[in-house]
Amino acid sequence: MITLLAAVPVVGALLVTLLPRGTRSQQLLARHVALGVSLVALAVALVAAARFDVGSGGYQMVEEHSWIEPLGAFYSVGLNGIGLTLVLLTVVLTPVVILAAYRDELPGNRSANSYVAWMLVLEGLAILVFTATDAFLFYVAFEATLVPIYFLIGSYGGPGRQKAAVTFLLYNLLGGLLMLAAIVGLYVVSSDAGEASYRLADLASIPMDETTERLLFLGFMAAFAVKAPLWPFHTWLPEAAASATPATSVLMVSVIDKVGTFGMIRWGLELFPGAADWASPTIMALAVVSIVYGALAAIGSTDIRRLVAYTSVSHFGFIILGIFAFTQTSTTGSVLYMFNHGLSTAALFLVTGIMISRRGSAEISAFGGVQKIAPVMSGVLLVAGLSSLSLPGLAPFVSEFLVLAGTFTVNVPLAVVATLGIVLAAVYVLVLYQRTMTGPLTDQAKVVTDLTAREVAALSPLVVVIVGLGLFPQPLLDLVNPAVAVVLGGLP
Amino acid sequence: MIPAPELDFALLSPLLIVAAAALLGVLVEAFCPRGPRFVVQTGLAAGASLAALGASIAVYVAGDLGVTDEPGRTIVADEAGVITWMMLAVFGLLGVLLFADRTLDAGLSAFTGRAADRPGSPDEAEAIRFRVEHTEIFPLALFALLGMMMFAASSDLLTMFVALEVLSLPLYLLCGIARRRRLVSQEAALKYFVLGAFSSAFFLYGVALAYGYSGSFAIGALGEVHDDTELRIAAVGLMAVGLLFKVGAVPFHAWTPDVYVGAPTPVTAFMSAGTKAAAFVALMRVLFASTEVDWQPTVAVVAGLTMLVGSLFAIAQSDVKRMLAYSSVAHAGFLLTGVLGGSDASAVLFYLVTYGLASIGAFAVVMLVRDAGGEATATTRWAGLGRQNPVLGVSFAVFMLSFAGIPLTGGFIGKLSVFVEAGRAGYWPVVVLGVLVSAMAAFFYVRMITVMFFTDPDGLAVASGAKITTAVVVVAAVGTVILGIAPGPVLELVQQTGSLIP
Repeated sequence: MITLLAAVPVVGALLVTLLPRGTRSQQLLARHVALGVSLVALAVALVAAARFDVGSGGYQMVEEHSWIEPLGAFYSVGLNGIGLTLVLLTVVLTPVVILAAYRDELPGNRSANSYVAWMLVLEGLAILVFTATDAFLFYVAFEATLVPIYFLIGSYGGPGRQKAAVTFLLYNLLGGLLMLAAIVGLYVVSSDAGEASYRLADLASIPMDETTERLLFLGFMAAFAVKAPLWPFHTWLPEAAASATPATSVLMVSVIDKVGTFGMIRWGLELFPGAADWASPTIMALAVVSIVYGALAAIGSTDIRRLVAYTSVSHFGFIILGIFAFTQTSTTGSVLYMFNHGLSTAALFLVTGIMISRRGSAEISAFGGVQKIAPVMSGVLLVAGLSSLSLPGLAPFVSEFLVLAGTFTVNVPLAVVATLGIVLAAVYVLVLYQRTMTGPLTDQAKVVTDLTAREVAALSPLVVVIVGLGLFPQPLLDLVNPAVAVVLGGLP
Repeated sequence: MIPAPELDFALLSPLLIVAAAALLGVLVEAFCPRGPRFVVQTGLAAGASLAALGASIAVYVAGDLGVTDEPGRTIVADEAGVITWMMLAVFGLLGVLLFADRTLDAGLSAFTGRAADRPGSPDEAEAIRFRVEHTEIFPLALFALLGMMMFAASSDLLTMFVALEVLSLPLYLLCGIARRRRLVSQEAALKYFVLGAFSSAFFLYGVALAYGYSGSFAIGALGEVHDDTELRIAAVGLMAVGLLFKVGAVPFHAWTPDVYVGAPTPVTAFMSAGTKAAAFVALMRVLFASTEVDWQPTVAVVAGLTMLVGSLFAIAQSDVKRMLAYSSVAHAGFLLTGVLGGSDASAVLFYLVTYGLASIGAFAVVMLVRDAGGEATATTRWAGLGRQNPVLGVSFAVFMLSFAGIPLTGGFIGKLSVFVEAGRAGYWPVVVLGVLVSAMAAFFYVRMITVMFFTDPDGLAVASGAKITTAVVVVAAVGTVILGIAPGPVLELVQQTGSLIP
């Protein structure tokens, strides 16, 4: 089931690559096919979700085959509630993104075939990352996601795309290679303890001395902190987001960056509970710095894309804070937060991306009074923005509340400072909305036209889910809670 | 009276095939008319490599390999030796195919028509007009291949020295006969020869000292317990210098960039893969046998320096061929980390397979990207190559990703294996340095991909459609990807190697 789910997009990508390219209509066909493939993947994921036993916190639909025997690497995948949540996020966002990117202008007459094919490859790899229960498989898929994003930014982004792509790749590779050192370490530890194995279940039971555990934990965390992005390892993100197409930004920030926080739970907490406990005060402090720093930087941004990127730094701070507070409430809240942030940031990136491509400029000052000529667009921006500031009634409110409520029981000062982030969020969202949408319509902003039917079709699922989950978060909570309980149960 | 050694000809058949074909090639040179000679020589050399591969596999499958301690045995067909033969035979085959491509340069090979002509002289013009060719390159390549195979399978220091010379001398010659940029090529040959002879002398001196304290040329005797510590350290150290020169490790790497750039590119391809493989196996045989010498710390420092210096210099290059040359230095450093375990050759052997394949492929792509002046090796000339010629672009990207150690390529598994080896031996600082340098090294590999795919073509560098070379590129790229996705069989094969000590 899981293999099928991961294989559908990858096979689809191959198919799209082989389709004729060249004329506009041929490229449109490629986009149709890609959209179809991503919808099939969505359907498969929904079937998997329907078969999923919500009450259980363990791994389900497990598949296991020996892969590279001499290295002890298995092709071993399985779903728990946390993984399923993120898989659902991935399969929901991919068709949305492909649909939203139908009219993206690609630089230098590049063909759309490869553009959408890379997106599908990324989807397949992301599913593998979220379902891998073998550290080696996880690492391979995790590092492999760099290549599609690198090409998506470098080939199809805006000005400065080459530099942004290289910065992105090198920054993430550095983190990833430190994790490789930890993977090497795991191999040595596990082969010393008997037969070498990378399976989560085997690794979790290996006795490790304290220093080894902490060093290996830090190796993994280096990769996750860069990916997540945790202050002070976040500097690649604004540049990458500013140069990528909106679709790429969504896949990068909403889906792939979640691998960082997801990895903290699955690998950081499950494999190295002692070290995670040891490092949690430092990591929580960094998370709070991220929250405040990201929000302040967002307020200070004049470029809309950078603003959205910095808001994500702030949001990731909340997610990491919740994870490392180690309470059932906060960690569940964090998983929920990953899902909700994925949706709200996707909506923000896509709607601002449309604004920017209409206007031809990403400066906030280039807009003004757009509400009058593009009411639907401004409405979507408002919903996306309000969800980003966690307005009650919208989905992110629930998760942010849970994170803060959980953190208050553990560390009151940090929770108080984190709450400041909510206030700052209100500032950056309202400033963005007010400067671009309200007030008198400026002459330059008159070129902005309202959303087309296709754009509405792409964005409406996001709005519907954001509102729906804001009112009825219980199904998702039921899905996540048992798995989180299992993870936290392993902590000292 | 010297007793006649009992030879097991079946075990030696791969070596004998290559030796016979090389000698036959000399005869062909003398008796075959000029017209069909090039084709005959190509067929002979390619056939010999293929036959050597087949014979090596047959020897391996037949089993009964292993270490014998009979006196007078100077070649050992153990698992490591036979696996290295297979690897070298593949590299030899791919190299010979690159030698043979005459479609690149207006129907002429990459080698000068008459090496004795002064560059730019009327004689040279005449040689070109009459399409004079050096077909000796094929027997020379076979002799080099023979030397490499012997080098990797020597159980005796004197045989190892002879093999070293047999592999080096043809390569010195081959380096100096490029068709284009002949002065650079001749300079490379001279430099390689002088420095190579110098390092051979070091090696020989080490052999002499080893004989001095153990009274034996057998590699196995290096591990004998003995009082004379200084002599033993000096012997192993001097031999290591000679061998580290051949693998291009810092501080004995200075010849690498000039020779790699100056040599005809097919020779660079063959040499970078083959010499490195043979020399690493020989190095491991000597070091692993020297159990009484604490060589690991020194090699750890050399490994760290080699990867660091190679990567730092590679970053500064604006010429693809030179960048690949420095990258080969960096890879020698990564390979050396796999030696630190001191007993298991499997990680290094696997790395050599992946590195050799990617290296041959990358240099083959260099051969194909040309303009009116020959190969267009300036990085800027490669702009837009990936979009102009997707097959070449994607293949070269695969080689770069493999060099950088990105998962799903063979280079990743190789890098992981050597780091595991160093980690097991407790050299964690080297592992951490290794991953940091890998990130640094990724910069110049990724830069090539950026140039090829993200910049628009300026229409200058044109990849011509040479079928043989393109086939080599594709085979190398497919091999690199297969080694990344399903490395199991090859890993299992290399793990059959024993202790290497003959």
